[in-house]
Amino acid sequence: MTNTGTANAVPTSAADKPASVDLRALYAETNIGELLTELDKELVGLLPVKRRIREIASFLLVARARERMGFSSAPPTLHMAFTGNPGTGKTTVALRMAGILHRLGYSRKGHLVSVTRDDLVGQYIGHTAPKTKEILKRAMGGVLFIDEAYYLYRPENEKDYGQEAIEILLQVMENQREDLTVILAGYTERMNTFFESNPGFRSRIAHHIDFPDYTDDELLQISEKLAGDAEYRLSDGARAALREYVTLRRQQPNFANARSMRNAFDRARLRQAMRLMQIDSAIGASDLVTLEAEDIRASRVFTLDAATTTTR
Amino acid sequence: MRLTQGTFSFLPDLTDEQIRAQVQYALDQNWALGIEFTDDPHPRNTYWEMWGAPMFDLRDAAGVMQELQACRAANPGHYIRINAFDATRSFETVRLSFIVQRPAVEPGFRLQRTEDRGRMIRYTLHPYATDKPAGSRYPVQE
Repeated sequence: MTNTGTANAVPTSAADKPASVDLRALYAETNIGELLTELDKELVGLLPVKRRIREIASFLLVARARERMGFSSAPPTLHMAFTGNPGTGKTTVALRMAGILHRLGYSRKGHLVSVTRDDLVGQYIGHTAPKTKEILKRAMGGVLFIDEAYYLYRPENEKDYGQEAIEILLQVMENQREDLTVILAGYTERMNTFFESNPGFRSRIAHHIDFPDYTDDELLQISEKLAGDAEYRLSDGARAALREYVTLRRQQPNFANARSMRNAFDRARLRQAMRLMQIDSAIGASDLVTLEAEDIRASRVFTLDAATTTTR
Repeated sequence: MRLTQGTFSFLPDLTDEQIRAQVQYALDQNWALGIEFTDDPHPRNTYWEMWGAPMFDLRDAAGVMQELQACRAANPGHYIRINAFDATRSFETVRLSFIVQRPAVEPGFRLQRTEDRGRMIRYTLHPYATDKPAGSRYPVQE
């Protein structure tokens, strides 16, 4: 991954150590800007997250430059922890992160292996280690994303096999940093408890990134984007209804930010289809793509009392 | 006598860097990789002991190299080979197989002639190593 010399503004000296490194050229060479702009454009909100990612990207770029200048270039620790409420984009950002690390040459393949406790922890003695190692082997050269990582550690059961998986993970995170980047993700409070009871993880993770909840406006933007991507359009009435929906939905249990919006959109599509089926006359293209206020207002969120509503 | 089985066996032993490159090539072709070891070098000994299950769904050679190191540590003084299996329809076979570890001293084979009816001669290849029980056939260098 080190194509020394190609991006230097100053010709390479005989010792193969250039006197100066052009960070701009390095930036352009890795195409990292493109990925970061994409990230800014496609992900709504998440400003602190984006700032941290830019910081990390700059740091890695500088680390590359340092390497070219012949300074110490021990592979930086890249393991990360993503904490935040459900539906705040942890998985999506992890995917982008894999791409960024790949562009910068800190991940050879840049693929993301997404696992949960079930994939790592076995069901009987001697089952866990091979299972965990198998996953680790698959993730080599890329990023291992462990969703809801705190489930690995179950303090209430001291015979739990999760501890075994944790030990193997820690060992690989320490010894094979150049082969594998681990991203742990989960809800903020539970991750904090997890880190408190597993100090090994905390010290091996370089970047803790907290994902804030989306504001109402951001959630609306996300819905518009979802609709746009699926070639649907929201009528003005639908937009207003959606605004009310967001406010109401937020007060109900199991609110999952962007994921709730996606579910709402999916159900609105179903209702729109039903509505269109009941029209006797021929329907036009605009009918097919437009979600009306009634499609959204039919949601249970509007009719049921907040306290009694289930997950819908 | 140097055992020549599989690909690259007439070349000098591959370095770990070269092995990694070959493994990466195989992975890039979507072949599944298996590690096998034996201390019976007879050419008709087709099925060697498997080191763990074959590895599917890998993207990077690091995982295979890690298993190879583990196999080497557990089986010094054994032959170890890497097989790359192509599951594509109509291939469904091993596409690449090469030795990645061999004992320091390879005593070779004895050609055994057995006289049969008439003046017929039957030939048998007999590895000197297999005179000793399995597990102690090759001296292990510390």
